[in-house]
Amino acid sequence: MPASYAIMAEFETPAATLRAAEKVRDAGFRQWDVFTPFPIHGMDSAMGIKNSKVGWFSFIGGCTGYATGMLMIWFMNAVDYRIVIGGKPMFSPFAAFPPSYELTILFGAFGALLGMLFLNRLPRLHHPLLKNRRFALATHDRFFVVIETTDPIYSEQETRQLLETLGSRHIEMVEE
Amino acid sequence: MAAQPVLDEHSMIKVQAPPAALEREPLVGQQHGPGWLSDRIAGVIEGETPAWWKISFAISVTMLTVCFSMILYLMSTGVGIWGLQHPVMWGWAIINFVWWIGIGHAGTLISAILFLLRQRWRTSINRAAEAMTIFAVMCAGVFPLIHIGRIWYGWWLFPVPNSNGIWPQFRSPLMWDVFAVSTYFTVSVLFWYMGLIPDLAVMRDRARTKIRKFSYGLFALGWTGSNRHWSNYEKAYLILAGLSTPLVLSVHSIVSLDFSVSQLPGWHTTIFPPYFVAGAVYSGFGMVLTLLVPLRRMLKLEEIITVRHVELMCKVTLATGSIVGYAYGMEFFIAWYSGNPYERFLFLQNRAADPFILGPLFHVPAAPYWWAFWTMVTCNVVVPQFFWFKKVRTSMLTVFVLSILVNVGMWFERFVIVITSLHREFLPANWGYYGPTWVDILQYLGTFGLFFTFFLLFLRYIPLIAIAEVKGVTPQADPHHPLGGAKVGEGH
Repeated sequence: MPASYAIMAEFETPAATLRAAEKVRDAGFRQWDVFTPFPIHGMDSAMGIKNSKVGWFSFIGGCTGYATGMLMIWFMNAVDYRIVIGGKPMFSPFAAFPPSYELTILFGAFGALLGMLFLNRLPRLHHPLLKNRRFALATHDRFFVVIETTDPIYSEQETRQLLETLGSRHIEMVEE
Repeated sequence: MAAQPVLDEHSMIKVQAPPAALEREPLVGQQHGPGWLSDRIAGVIEGETPAWWKISFAISVTMLTVCFSMILYLMSTGVGIWGLQHPVMWGWAIINFVWWIGIGHAGTLISAILFLLRQRWRTSINRAAEAMTIFAVMCAGVFPLIHIGRIWYGWWLFPVPNSNGIWPQFRSPLMWDVFAVSTYFTVSVLFWYMGLIPDLAVMRDRARTKIRKFSYGLFALGWTGSNRHWSNYEKAYLILAGLSTPLVLSVHSIVSLDFSVSQLPGWHTTIFPPYFVAGAVYSGFGMVLTLLVPLRRMLKLEEIITVRHVELMCKVTLATGSIVGYAYGMEFFIAWYSGNPYERFLFLQNRAADPFILGPLFHVPAAPYWWAFWTMVTCNVVVPQFFWFKKVRTSMLTVFVLSILVNVGMWFERFVIVITSLHREFLPANWGYYGPTWVDILQYLGTFGLFFTFFLLFLRYIPLIAIAEVKGVTPQADPHHPLGGAKVGEGH
């Protein structure tokens, strides 16, 4: 028999899932997750997840973009190939602002998307849950609470019992 | 239920259904739930290819061929095949560029600004509108590239080292435009793709054939719907919306600076940036309506893109159209109030003076392009005012016809701005009359081929409504709503 990756409990409504998540959180599990077809309002606090760090990636991206724009324009038009336009200064932050502003947004957007993927450890082309037939409903209309077997306080019987009392009508083990 | 859940103190929130009088028309008809939404929206792709799709696709690809043939003709011959002639050296290419890029603006407005304003109705239309944005910006991008004449030097627009040791000149608004448009395209694609990830996972999990499972799975990047992922995802989505909002406002502002930074009467106007942005959103919503009003019917999506959605879009069109009308009035007022004879001459004698009323009234000859000016005013100032009436907003045929007039009007607006300002120089010896050639016309029609080829492929292979997002705005998704599993009066 192949090793088990996790125990998976299915729920039918967001409210039931939210209640279950609160209980699992309070029971002290660490390696567990909730899988839903859409983000459920309030689930982050029900699971005890802290504020996402994506903002930092975007912020650093934006600062890099702005600096890149300003330095690039200064170097190109005022240092490497000096062009006098209408007798104005070689470099002025005002004329350089529009491209730098666009680069701030461009790099910030890349920071947000790539930061999100990095924090989520995506792309990931293989996952034990994606092999499970039932789990395909997680993108359809079902909600799953999954507790990994490697969790320090996981025990085959008690964890299953807990999930049953939370109202799950379908509980199964997920193969590694 | 196996066991009644025990609630702890802090999660005891009384749940009560709102009184019927306060209930809004639901965003998804018939109280359909998440499962139904997946089936319905994915069903558009999974079903057989409809006959109308095949016919439209054949026409679009033919027009796309025309587009490429005209580009080839231009490359082999030169810009002399267009109607450009002194003094009008910016013709249809620039008009079409501004027109297409304006159309793109509704997509970003819907996906970003309405998201920040928490307009939940946007979820039914944002995917298709964003796709429209991307394809419209592609069509727009064709024109500046080809109107430089020698396309093979197009890369000189970008700050890439070249053997001449020369860099682009960054005081030029045309250079700002390169950055604005390319950033706009890239960020729109990123935003669109990020919104697609959960839906590609839906398609992957529903796929019956190996090739579908593989290709949707590849682009879904292994999305599982984990809440730890959703948490980062929603933050990234919020940030992208926050970044796209100033972006969309800056793009058409910078496009307008292409004109207003110059010294030409008719172009040198400080009202241009906000006026261009309002016009862009106006034309973009016109295009969204033109596309979605027939599509919701042909694809049987009336319960997801409801009459309420169409009405709301009409209201945005009305609002932005009225801003555009105000800007026209203000331009005239300033031209008169400035006392600048060139400005006054341009607005009256190059644009507005028609041979019937204004011309005789002011004792001036009719403006050469009075017909373009009055087409613009009719379509952009008068047409949107019909959307004050609920009867008009709820009649799909009327909305469809008016939405096309919106974009006719916006095309003429760019025509009026570009051509009427250029065709009479300061010296009357340099006056001219501009008209397009057949190449101009086919080139413009050709970009419709480009647009619709991509749009039809999008309809066929990608969910045209954001499945996960629409699910999220149903009452079934709300853990505090009875349909979401909350028990009335009991809590949480």
